[in-house]
Amino acid sequence: MSDPLLQVENLRVHFPVGGGMFRRARMLKAVDDVSFTLGPGETLGVVGESGCGKSSLGRAVLQLITPTAGRVLWLGDDLCQLDEDAMNLRRRELQLVFQDPLASLNPRMSVGAILREPLYAFEPGITRSDAQARAADMMRRVGLRPEMMNRYPNEFSGGQCQRISIARAMISRPKLVVCDEPVSALDVSIQAQIIALLRELQSEYGVSYIFISHDLSVVRHLCDRIMVLYLGRVMETADKASMFAAPRHPYTRSLLSAVPIPDPRRARTREITLVEGDLPSPLDPPSGCVFRTRCPHATPLCLKVAPTPDPTDSASHRVACHYWKDIAAGTHKHTPQGELS
Amino acid sequence: MSGTSARPMRTQGGEAVLQCRDLSVHFKTGEGRISAVNGVSFDLHRGQCLGVVGESGSGKSQTFLAILGLLASNGHATGSVMLNGEEILNTTRRKLDAIRGEKLAIVFQDSITGLTPHKRIGDQLCEVLTQHRGMTRSQARTRAMEMLELVRIPEPARRFRMYPHEFSGGMRQRVMIAQALLCQPDVLIADEPTTALDVTVQAQILKLFKGLADHTDTALVMITHDLGVVAGLCDEVMVMYAGRAIEQASVDSLFYDPRHPYTRGLLACMPRADRDSESLTAIPGQPPDLSELPPGCAYAPRCGQAFDRCLIERPSLDMAVEGHLKACHLENAP
Repeated sequence: MSDPLLQVENLRVHFPVGGGMFRRARMLKAVDDVSFTLGPGETLGVVGESGCGKSSLGRAVLQLITPTAGRVLWLGDDLCQLDEDAMNLRRRELQLVFQDPLASLNPRMSVGAILREPLYAFEPGITRSDAQARAADMMRRVGLRPEMMNRYPNEFSGGQCQRISIARAMISRPKLVVCDEPVSALDVSIQAQIIALLRELQSEYGVSYIFISHDLSVVRHLCDRIMVLYLGRVMETADKASMFAAPRHPYTRSLLSAVPIPDPRRARTREITLVEGDLPSPLDPPSGCVFRTRCPHATPLCLKVAPTPDPTDSASHRVACHYWKDIAAGTHKHTPQGELS
Repeated sequence: MSGTSARPMRTQGGEAVLQCRDLSVHFKTGEGRISAVNGVSFDLHRGQCLGVVGESGSGKSQTFLAILGLLASNGHATGSVMLNGEEILNTTRRKLDAIRGEKLAIVFQDSITGLTPHKRIGDQLCEVLTQHRGMTRSQARTRAMEMLELVRIPEPARRFRMYPHEFSGGMRQRVMIAQALLCQPDVLIADEPTTALDVTVQAQILKLFKGLADHTDTALVMITHDLGVVAGLCDEVMVMYAGRAIEQASVDSLFYDPRHPYTRGLLACMPRADRDSESLTAIPGQPPDLSELPPGCAYAPRCGQAFDRCLIERPSLDMAVEGHLKACHLENAP
């Protein structure tokens, strides 16, 4: 593999919650000790349920929220150490696409103005006519007619707004785009269009994506590598093929078995490992392994010791579970949840 | 737990508990009359699960809001809806009050607005029983508690005294389902009940719906945009597009032998978690504006197989094979 574009090391994002004059704030560990690398043209899928820290992770990488600890090395420079001006220059290379297509576009700006704005910001010398031409090109590229340039976001459908949002992110020719649930708010038939567009743009511009999603089906289709988060911690990272062929972490396994499959016969026959209960409060995460309160394989060891993401059979497939080997071999003896306390 | 076989099909024989014929819904708006649902017909039998699939604006929710008499004030429904042989469409408020909750119940997508925020969960549940069944408070409490156990809410006695905001989303959705099932309704309508939930919680709720067939003979209508949910749960499926049913079939027939190009398109454009899909075939264009529907087939502008007739003449919903209806001019489309 070529040199990594992005190298994230032990990233932590902790938010103080509550607290006052006489009370210490509690710490919400939205992202806790997350590390990964991303190469040029690669897509990393960040998967997890609500509250797992996937959006916070994306934003912390882009320095839109300040990480509490850790390093974000972008082409060798630590973004956390840059001052605001230096960081702003770097933003040309680092863009973001949001989930809600309409809310992420300024309703008072025409589409043309929305697309020209990054150009004026990152290429100060650019003439209006050049900017105009680039915006028109970009609109064509994302499948919108340039004649619609003077319209406002509310005149477009959700799918079209997401195209505009993608055009805005791509127009400065970034090297990395963080896509935060970019297709979750769209209708099924429109989702496929946007996924196809993201793939086309990637092969054309060689851009890397961090693709944040709760939808494993979409992630399987779009990503090269996948990282599964739970309560801010990495449960498992692997190449796509390895992750789907041999998921090792009990959480990944149950996530995969919970995804509805549009195939009635398979849906009837497949095994579903149901995760019981709800996500614990991130303000009061379980001791030891954060997943142990819902894990069918937990033992007293899981209560005490938090597992680290260790390599499995291959160095690129890492799993944070004490018992992944025994579980895979079917020899693991668990302790009933009721006896753990 | 292993995925058990499909619930027994009870399509033949018994009378339909809910029979809908030629149901249409239109709204009067500032921009004129908008037709949201057009000529929808279906039968729902006891213990059966009907999946209603469509994208936003397809009319899937409005169809059932009309059946429940819950249309917005500018909406009007025509046609016929028989519940146990009795006409309930556009019936009196009094009659509706007696039916809703008792015979027909609904679970909405948004569980926080579906529950009254300032009332304890227990009170909200008991109210249904004291109102509809004339139970005493303590009878109602016992029954409500049983229901919470059925939907697998841990520590029901403690939960009874809590307010909706103290519950997680998945837990609230369970409470909504418990509330809907209190009077053992003949029909439970679930409108995107798991869309706002995480996948692991969605799986729990879907399992709960599946188990309904074992405990009750309530018929279930599952309104969803997710064909995956339909595949795992439903017996029959109705696919809607621009206010019309464009295909109706048993779940196996629809998934393995789809007859309408839109249904095929939907199946082809869904990425799947259980296999690699190199490329997805996206459906071009976007769902039509209901105020400017084309004269022919509403799907024609997006359909790769459309020909002249599709643009001028609307296809009727005809039988393709026994028990499988489609609204498409293509004869045995390739």
